[in-house]
Amino acid sequence: MAPAVELRGVAKEFAARGRHVVAVESIDLAVAHNEFAAILGPSGCGKSTLLNMVAGFERPTRGQVLVEGEPVQAPHPGRAVVFQEAALFPWYTVLDNIAFGPRTRGTPAAQYRPRIDTLLDVMGLRGFERHYPAELSGGMKQRVGLARVLIMEPAVLLMDEPFGSLDAQTRSVMQELLLTVWERRQQTVLFITHDIEEALLLADTVSVMTARPGRIKTRIAVDLPRPRSLEVTTSPRFNDLKRRLLALVREDTFNPGADHAPRAR
Amino acid sequence: MTVRRLAWALALPIALFVLWDLAVRQRWVVEGIIPAPAQVAAAWYTWIFGTATTSLSPYSGTWLANVAHSTRRVIEGFLLAAALGIPLGVFIGWNRAVARAVDPSIQMLRPIPITAWLPFAIAVFGIYDASARFLIGLGAFYPIVVNTTHGVRDTNLLLLRAARMLGAGPAAVLFKVVFRSALPSIFTGLRLGIGVAWTAVIVAEMIAVKSGLGYVLWDAYYVGRMDICVATMFSVGLLGFLSDQVILRASRVALRWRALEAHG
Ligand SMILES: Nc1ncnc2c1ncn2[C@@H]1O[C@H](COP(=O)(O)OP(=O)(O)O)[C@@H](O)[C@H]1O
Ligand SMILES: [Mg+2]
Repeated sequence: MAPAVELRGVAKEFAARGRHVVAVESIDLAVAHNEFAAILGPSGCGKSTLLNMVAGFERPTRGQVLVEGEPVQAPHPGRAVVFQEAALFPWYTVLDNIAFGPRTRGTPAAQYRPRIDTLLDVMGLRGFERHYPAELSGGMKQRVGLARVLIMEPAVLLMDEPFGSLDAQTRSVMQELLLTVWERRQQTVLFITHDIEEALLLADTVSVMTARPGRIKTRIAVDLPRPRSLEVTTSPRFNDLKRRLLALVREDTFNPGADHAPRAR
Repeated sequence: MTVRRLAWALALPIALFVLWDLAVRQRWVVEGIIPAPAQVAAAWYTWIFGTATTSLSPYSGTWLANVAHSTRRVIEGFLLAAALGIPLGVFIGWNRAVARAVDPSIQMLRPIPITAWLPFAIAVFGIYDASARFLIGLGAFYPIVVNTTHGVRDTNLLLLRAARMLGAGPAAVLFKVVFRSALPSIFTGLRLGIGVAWTAVIVAEMIAVKSGLGYVLWDAYYVGRMDICVATMFSVGLLGFLSDQVILRASRVALRWRALEAHG
């Protein structure tokens, strides 16, 4: 069986104001069915570019992006995206945002209403149905952002630093929520992050990217037991893996091409 | 609090009225040209409520009919401008080919003042309502089409991507995302447009038709009824203010989500 998501020798170049920017360079990656795959890398290394190509927002300059063995042509609800900035429709209420996908596809209300009800409970959005995005906190916005794609029951869930702009407390809550949801559903997830602990807490595998132009440097398996919770972050095995990832990320700090690489602390 | 704000808002107009009255009484202005406020009020009253029997003035009791003429023309021209300007603005903002084909022509025609179109309008449409409708529609069209175009172009790329990955086709993207996101700009265009429409209706009625406030304004000037002229000016100002308020209220309802944004 073909991997759920596969990138073969993928490169992406941008021409910005006459200047060529090589965002990613020869990416090879395979994500198995129901794998929670994290992509870890410093900001500006091309993580979003990689995800946008899987989503169908961008086309690769070279190479192939395959989902279920088929080349990606255009965005599709089967490859739903959770953005860092939530990107909710500000003119729709929470309820209308969540119902956007099914309504746009002409799904009868009788079919999606029960699913919305379940999602409102699971995501802790009960009582906020009539609120507009402007009235929600960052964490609540991300819950809506997650709910509106889960209702589409996507085969692949693409998440681009979804908790990156939340405060530490809210981020932890959202990470545990995602763990609960995912461990119940088991679906393929491509999760972009620059946070080592987040990658280890959530993922089955962590692929480490180099600074721009991005390539996948290493991929490590996260053999921590499931179901996981925040407690796992205190285990010795977690810290072993964290040390390994830290070392891998640090190597890049001394790469002169790394304009935004995190500084060693 | 609101009483205080009202007091502040009224202070300057009251001062100006007193100054105006004083200027006429003290003969700071040439006598017989500028009427005093009380004179204008009296003329306006007769213009509104007078009957042929209570007054010999030919304007007696004709105010409402003239207001109705002007308002109808403004509404007709404005709706025409909105009906053409909004869809066209959406297409120009959305489609690069349409923008390349249409935008340069609009930008070249736009600097021609509405007053400069008068002879053309009369030559083509004659001294009829069609002339007025053309001038008002054309004047209101530019701000509506330009602001709609800007609003559409400013649509957030992330929201477009969000809609597409949720399965929205081109029509759904256009109606549920692009149009909704451009709506604040569209309302700005409509407010500017209604302002131009009132300017245009006065110009059109002065020359291109024989009824309405613009016609009265010019006619009253000709026969030396400056009191009616000034009453007409106030009438137009009042109607312009009221029509702007209507659009403003409509936009507050349609853009309720945005008011929350400003406070949050
Ligand atoms: N549309 C674009 N046009 C030009 N350059 C871009 C574009 N998108 C991304 N880039 C560049 O590609 C590189 C990788 O960007 P991105 O994928 O957003 O990185 P990350 O998500 O890892 O922070 C950056 O240097 C960025 O400036
Ligand atoms: Mg990014």
